[in-house]
Amino acid sequence: MVQKIAVPLIAVLIFLLLWELLVWANGWPNYKMASPSDLWPAFWRFRELFFVMGWDTLWRTVVGLLLAIVFGVGLGMIMGFSRIMRDALYPLLVGFNAIPKATVVPIIALMFVGAHDFNTILIAFMISFFPIAVSVSIGLSTLEPEYRDILRSLGASKLDIFWKIALPKTLPEFFGALKVSVTLAFIGTNLMEIVSPHGRGLGALFDSGKTNSDYPLMFAVLIALAFLGIVLYYVVVALEKVFAGWAERSPT
Amino acid sequence: MTEYLIDIKDVTHAYQTQSGPLPVLDGLNVSVPEGGFAAVVGPSGCGKSTLTRLIAGLMKPDAGEVWLHGEPVKGPRATVGMAFQNPVLLEWRSILKNVLLPLEIVHSKLSRREQEERARRLLALVGLEGFEDKRPSELSGGMRQRASLCRALIHQPEVLILDEPFGALDAFTREDLWQIMHRVKEEEPFTGVLITHDLRESIFLADEVIVLSGRPAHTQYRLTVPDTGPRDLDHLYTPEAAEMLNVLRHQIEIAQGRAPAEAAE
Ligand SMILES: Nc1ncnc2c1ncn2[C@@H]1O[C@H](COP(=O)(O)OP(=O)(O)OP(=O)(O)O)[C@@H](O)[C@H]1O
Ligand SMILES: [Mg+2]
Repeated sequence: MVQKIAVPLIAVLIFLLLWELLVWANGWPNYKMASPSDLWPAFWRFRELFFVMGWDTLWRTVVGLLLAIVFGVGLGMIMGFSRIMRDALYPLLVGFNAIPKATVVPIIALMFVGAHDFNTILIAFMISFFPIAVSVSIGLSTLEPEYRDILRSLGASKLDIFWKIALPKTLPEFFGALKVSVTLAFIGTNLMEIVSPHGRGLGALFDSGKTNSDYPLMFAVLIALAFLGIVLYYVVVALEKVFAGWAERSPT
Repeated sequence: MTEYLIDIKDVTHAYQTQSGPLPVLDGLNVSVPEGGFAAVVGPSGCGKSTLTRLIAGLMKPDAGEVWLHGEPVKGPRATVGMAFQNPVLLEWRSILKNVLLPLEIVHSKLSRREQEERARRLLALVGLEGFEDKRPSELSGGMRQRASLCRALIHQPEVLILDEPFGALDAFTREDLWQIMHRVKEEEPFTGVLITHDLRESIFLADEVIVLSGRPAHTQYRLTVPDTGPRDLDHLYTPEAAEMLNVLRHQIEIAQGRAPAEAAE
């Protein structure tokens, strides 16, 4: 347990130290590369903003992700249980996913002008539901027929089979996808915050740092984003441990 | 009405595949009296698993009738227990919870407590005492198969369908499980159908061996096994056993098309 926390922590410290050294050795000015020691003052000066903006980013990401989970699982179920739906929806889905979301951001911003929360959540959702839908559909469609038969031969309903077997069996794949999706949703939120500035979220703080040529602030925002990303990721990991811990084999 | 618990009459079935219909069963007749234990052997892919799915009510035949306990089979029913070559245990459940799974679907007169007691008793019967709270991944292949057998029996099915349950096990484990099967049949009487590729297994466990012809399958040969019931492996090395195995091997060769059919009785 100590090792589990200490090792990554020491790794981060070494990374910061190397960074500081690199900037110092090269004598880089702040606008080229801020050093870690400049970040803390930048953060402290705007600490209230960091919390307010960080919260904006966080909750909109989480709401977008929750929508992605509901929609992705639903879509995955439809595609997982019906061959026809899978054949029909797959190309559409792949095509949709292939569109770079950066190009969608201005369109959405125009379509729902002024509805900033809605816009941001929408992008976070759109960018993150794909892996979830694919993983659930694959998990369901590759369920061995024997698993279905042990319950079906007793007269179980489709719903019974879904709740008791198909869903739990798909959870490891689902969480694998969720780890990807949580990062994607986060990117989606920031994309909207930066590209369509409306003064909210860490993305907006980054933007204002850019306008004021406050380079340490920009770097501090990047670090804050990384921090939030790590927190979200590990929340998913913790949930995975609770709900799909059985899939983890002991390393012996 | 019939005097058999399982009665399959003139069943014909074909699967619809991309390259047209694939006839699998053709005028198949199989009947098992109450308490009987029939082994079904036949060439690979001849339709044995299809037969089990018909008995379980998982599918309907194109023609012919499947009767269970004097009633035509119209769909799945709770009086059937199944086990396959793949033990299909649910990794996220303990062994005990895996065994109890059918009782979450089938209505049971037992209280929760009694259900659990029954599951523990079955597990002890197959030698899995002390493994109730383990996960399937912590068990060996043979142990998983035994747990899967307990699951098939937990709801006291009238009919037990075993589709090559010991097929993936090594010879020693398999012989172990044969002995366990005898013990189980004594304690938990059932009417059984055992699909197998192992002729020794068929005469050791069953009271009747049914040889299916190649695809599309019909009943090619029936062999009644004398003096059934618990016994030790020495029984497989008696002249009578050797004679039965010889006959069955020859019938399989005919079914595979490797021996002329006129030798058939
Ligand atoms: N759902 C299906 N759709 C199309 N064809 C099928 C289907 N299930 C089985 N078949 C085909 O029907 C034939 C009989 O299948 P079945 O599984 O009943 O054979 P089997 O005797 O159990 O074989 P094995 O000894 O290998 O277990 C096989 O040729 C198989 O390819
Ligand atoms: Mg088979």
